[in-house]
Amino acid sequence: MSELIRLESIVKSFDDTVVLNGINLSVAENEFVTLLGPSGCGKTTTLRIIGGFERPDEGRVFFDGKDITNMPANQRPVNTVFQNYALFPHMTVGENIAFSMRVRNKPESYIKDKIKYALKLVNLDGFDGRRIDQLSGGQQQRIAMARAIVNEPRVLLLDEPLGALDLKLRQEMQYELVRLKKELGITFLYITHDQEEALTMSDKVVVMNEGYIQQEGTPEQIYDEPVNAFVADFIGDSNILPGQMTDEKLVRINGVDYPCIDGTEQGFPPGRLVDVVIRPEDIDILPYGQGQFNGTIISKLFIGVHYEMLVQSEDGNIEWLLQNYDQHDVGEKIGMKVDPENIQIMHKPKSEAESARELDL
Amino acid sequence: MRKIFGRVYVVIIMLFLYLPILALIVLSFNEAKSMSVWKGFSLRWYEELFHSKLMVQAIANTFSIAILAALIATIIGTLAVLGLAAMKPRTETVLMGFNNIPMLNADIVTGIALMLFFLMFHWPRGYLTVLFSHTVFCIPYVILSVKPRLNKNTDKLFEAALDLGASERYAFRKIVLPELRPGIMSGFLLSFTMSVDDFIITYFTRGAGINTISTLIYSQVKVGIRPSLFALSTIVFVTALVVLVAVNLRQKRIDAKQAY
Repeated sequence: MSELIRLESIVKSFDDTVVLNGINLSVAENEFVTLLGPSGCGKTTTLRIIGGFERPDEGRVFFDGKDITNMPANQRPVNTVFQNYALFPHMTVGENIAFSMRVRNKPESYIKDKIKYALKLVNLDGFDGRRIDQLSGGQQQRIAMARAIVNEPRVLLLDEPLGALDLKLRQEMQYELVRLKKELGITFLYITHDQEEALTMSDKVVVMNEGYIQQEGTPEQIYDEPVNAFVADFIGDSNILPGQMTDEKLVRINGVDYPCIDGTEQGFPPGRLVDVVIRPEDIDILPYGQGQFNGTIISKLFIGVHYEMLVQSEDGNIEWLLQNYDQHDVGEKIGMKVDPENIQIMHKPKSEAESARELDL
Repeated sequence: MRKIFGRVYVVIIMLFLYLPILALIVLSFNEAKSMSVWKGFSLRWYEELFHSKLMVQAIANTFSIAILAALIATIIGTLAVLGLAAMKPRTETVLMGFNNIPMLNADIVTGIALMLFFLMFHWPRGYLTVLFSHTVFCIPYVILSVKPRLNKNTDKLFEAALDLGASERYAFRKIVLPELRPGIMSGFLLSFTMSVDDFIITYFTRGAGINTISTLIYSQVKVGIRPSLFALSTIVFVTALVVLVAVNLRQKRIDAKQAY
């Protein structure tokens, strides 16, 4: 896959607040890339810089090898699906979709065919005469998609397009988006703060926080091997604990040594202080005394598919979060064990600022 | 009992509000010059009205000034709104404060201030000074009615238009302007009625030779009112009524269209 968009050390601040701290990003042709992060992490600003609505203070934006940093928004070969759709309220659905083609003076017969094609693509056949305020949120979302793609952009930028929809619709639209992307064969650059959305749809997830890219990788990599506590915490529930390497591929947490798969080779020599991530579903429950460590269940929640439990270690120092299909009672004493490959060792941040900058080093 | 009391109350209010106007309309069709005797239906005072150069001139002045002042104020006010939106929030807040003061200011103060201003610069008072003054006091109302239409949402729509390849000029004309249109329309109508209605500011800024309907009536009161003034007032009232009904019907049609 060839590279389509490249951001080179983008810096952007508003007034005195630095929003982007030197972002480097590469998006390949036909890739589904998601920028994921909490609000204020800089993901929307990154998208707006690619769309041409903001100019970076420093750094360059390349599109297909060409420098487009100073190209105005209306000349860029990208189109955007805006957060609240930004459909033109005084125009019909058809006129909204036709807008970009009328700007380019396309013949009316061509426009008519294109509207039909676009509406069919988003499953809203025959809606061209409707008024925008007659549409439901989900329908507006689809029209925003249709309007953005008739122009045949090589990249579609999507700014939290599902944010305003309810849960059920959001899940449906996730499948829709993946289908659309396959049919169109174009690149999607997607923005969300919803980790589930990011994990289900993307080829590549880029986790951002405070203007820095924290981690970049496939959804599996991000979930299974978070590089720091922020990523681990942001992507799903997890136990993040302080630990120390006591021997080659052996980590001590709260006085207990656990075998793991990271050692000197991965940058964790014996003696190094580390953070350890253990996903709640990776802790197995055994009869009391038969596991690596013991604890008492102090709370239990039924979540639907599984139970979520808080287990306090016997010395009272740590509360473990567990997810398990079997039911156990509050107050029950249990033993627990974690397989070595499920223990994720991470570098400990030396200070707040360094924790954010960690990956840039 | 309570219901009856409520109805009586409403009827009394209506009587106080509309009975004088009704009396005015009836008297304008009275054959007699007297205000207390009904001598039969006649259009005599309407004839006199349209044969009196003074009155026709006043009507023409009133409406031409109102239309021109509303038009100029609407253009300047709308441009001001666009300018304000591009400013830093702090500057914008300060300027909006300045915009609001003239509306709270007593008309008599505005009138005298404008008069002194014209005297100071030896600007001979007449049609143009009245037009200038009306334009000035209408601008804040236009700004106030257009400004709410230009918000974050319009910014987003503008960006969306650019994103779809439109030039800034095209995006403004096709997307932003239609969004502002209801505010511009109501700003224009508001300015028009404010201008037609105004007496005090006109009184202080007009020259000796020019009258509007309100200043003419005022000067006639001193020499004794002729029923042709009733005819004039009736025409003004009916015109206002027709405009009001038309605006309301139009709004209803828009609402109905939106509800569909």
